[in-house]
Amino acid sequence: MSETAPARGFYTEEDMTISVGPQHPSTHGVLRFVVKTDGEVISEAIPDVGYLHRSIEKIGEKVTYHGYVPYTDRADYLAAMFANQAFCMAAEKLAGTDVTRRGEFCRVIACELNRVASHLISVGTFGQDIGAMTPFVHALRERETINNLMEEICGARLTYNYIRIGGVGYDILPETCVKIGEFLDHFEPIVDEFNRLLSGNKIFIERLAGVAVVSKEDAFSYNLVGPNLRGSGVKWDIRRDIPYSVYPELEFDVPVGTAQVGALGDSYDRYWVRIREMQESCKILRQCLQMMPKGPAISKVPKKFRPPAGEYYARVEAPRGDMGFYVVSDGSEYPYRVRIRTGSYTAMSIIDKISKGIMLADLIALIGSLDVDAPEIDR
Amino acid sequence: MDAPEIYASLDKLFPGKVSDLKAEVFEPYLSVDKNAIVEICRFLQSAPGFKFEVLSDLTALDWPKEEKIQVVYHLFSYAYNHQIVLKVDLPRDNPKVATVENVWKVANWFEREVYDLFGVIFEGHSDLRRIMLPEDWVGFPLRKDYVEQEEYDGISTQRAPLVEKLLR
Amino acid sequence: MKPLINSLPETVFTTKVDELLNWGRASSQWYMLFGLACCAIELMQTGGPRADLDRFGAVPRATPRQSDLMIVAGTLTYKMAKRTKLLYDQMPDPKYVISMGSCSNCGGLFQLAYSVCKGVDKIIPVDVYVPGCPPRPEALTEGLLRIQDKMMRERWLVKPSEPVIDQSGVAE
Repeated sequence: MSETAPARGFYTEEDMTISVGPQHPSTHGVLRFVVKTDGEVISEAIPDVGYLHRSIEKIGEKVTYHGYVPYTDRADYLAAMFANQAFCMAAEKLAGTDVTRRGEFCRVIACELNRVASHLISVGTFGQDIGAMTPFVHALRERETINNLMEEICGARLTYNYIRIGGVGYDILPETCVKIGEFLDHFEPIVDEFNRLLSGNKIFIERLAGVAVVSKEDAFSYNLVGPNLRGSGVKWDIRRDIPYSVYPELEFDVPVGTAQVGALGDSYDRYWVRIREMQESCKILRQCLQMMPKGPAISKVPKKFRPPAGEYYARVEAPRGDMGFYVVSDGSEYPYRVRIRTGSYTAMSIIDKISKGIMLADLIALIGSLDVDAPEIDR
Repeated sequence: MDAPEIYASLDKLFPGKVSDLKAEVFEPYLSVDKNAIVEICRFLQSAPGFKFEVLSDLTALDWPKEEKIQVVYHLFSYAYNHQIVLKVDLPRDNPKVATVENVWKVANWFEREVYDLFGVIFEGHSDLRRIMLPEDWVGFPLRKDYVEQEEYDGISTQRAPLVEKLLR
Repeated sequence: MKPLINSLPETVFTTKVDELLNWGRASSQWYMLFGLACCAIELMQTGGPRADLDRFGAVPRATPRQSDLMIVAGTLTYKMAKRTKLLYDQMPDPKYVISMGSCSNCGGLFQLAYSVCKGVDKIIPVDVYVPGCPPRPEALTEGLLRIQDKMMRERWLVKPSEPVIDQSGVAE
């Protein structure tokens, strides 16, 4: 006589709600996702941000223009030079200050070095989130050399406060230019090392091909910028299309995603755009080192910087996209309002839409491929 | 297209709803009546010749002396590489305006931030709650007359005495 | 009788139990990755190839249950404060806290901010403060070595220093 289990019918299907974060081993900072899943497939992933809201916008109303530049460093600490430059561009436009030509070239050199450093972290931590531990350490090793160069240029390893209103804080010495040249000779073959370790790796490709595809219309409607937008096939780069500084005189290519391994606009395309951008930055750096003129590095700016009333929206092409600084001045020496619009904030808003139906591990790949960064989101 | 042409076209199509073009400044802007903002945005997003596919930014400015809060929309077009700034004036004691979430999806998060920091209520928004600050925070910090609370969650907000002198 | 010193072979050494226990704990501090802001990048670089923390036995752990050192790297906001306390409570004893950087020491350059907690020591007890914005990897390594010194000074098998008085009031 067989004993069958009584039919109790307690096997119901309902989703569980998991909280991913705010403390987690991924290095994107303190982000939290409230994920509704049945164990493997996500039905809803709602981002919860604000754990690093340091009120940088409100502080802009309480310190002077010169004194606000260190705070812009912390708006995105991995791309500090770009935030400095955007704020200084806005302040200079409001006051009508000119920037010296050598200052412009120093700015471009510092910014492109910072772009390489930021993309190294992005690619390295992306690999680490997927599970490849080795490329992360290679990226950190290269970044140490860039940190040394930055220390020679401006004295700090991470939060630079280098680009000031009217030019740059310190001049780049000829010895530093020689060292930058040596670093470029060493670094350009290293990108091939990354390609061997990561880009051509079969496991990496299988994990990313066709995951979280972002179409062009979605990219416009959700205002994705930077490599996220270029990964979906839109050839748009602020340095090319709304040029600033000396970028019109430099030759470089704008890489876009080409559906190499999966659909157009998937995670692998966005990652590939970043690898190509590192190579383009090396080209820009070589041209700048050759073309750099002599002269002063900063123009004369009064200590009490008091631009006339007005407003301006300055955009730069930061590693995470188009960073905009909207500065409103009312004629006094403190800004009236500083508004920072970053690429990661808008990239977070699309996560809820494209994470429906993917698996839990793919959510981590998605966040890494969008390259979101907690200080940019929360400011 | 530059700002005076955009203004002229909008004035013809939506008479009385747009006003105050300022074209000689660095960022030409025009004021829009708060009841017409959604239809004007929908028109600007898809009309041929305008094609503002992207809402670059949505933020607010607080003018306590003129008793108004201004919501600022920065629109940008990749197709024609032009931009325009729209401004909507709202009374400071009751700032309410319709949401443009159905025109550009990114307005969802931008408007949540403006609600969190300024207190502007966006009618029709699907999920209007605080985003940057904790849910039980009191007050709207980016207003000019914001006063900090004494303590939050048992942690005192008092600063060192030397710093208290620097606060302005 | 010959003294014990210099008569045993080199593979045997004598020490105190306290020092042995403390040496084992100090040479294997597993730190929890609690990087909040910019100092987190310097924390990563300190664990990286050049300024290596692994040579001191310190490996990063993601979960508080397996770690005995919490390096608070970055700015603490009021929204994050409750979670910080929760994570600190989840760590098993004995536990230590390094406050890395100006923001977690005292609020840093965000004194004018409305949402920043002015120092992590308002919430959890701190053992070593490492100044800097952000501190160099060498500075953080020095902080780790100070925690090692602190660990080596702890005593586990102690006699009470005060005389124990029983019910009748006579000292033992």
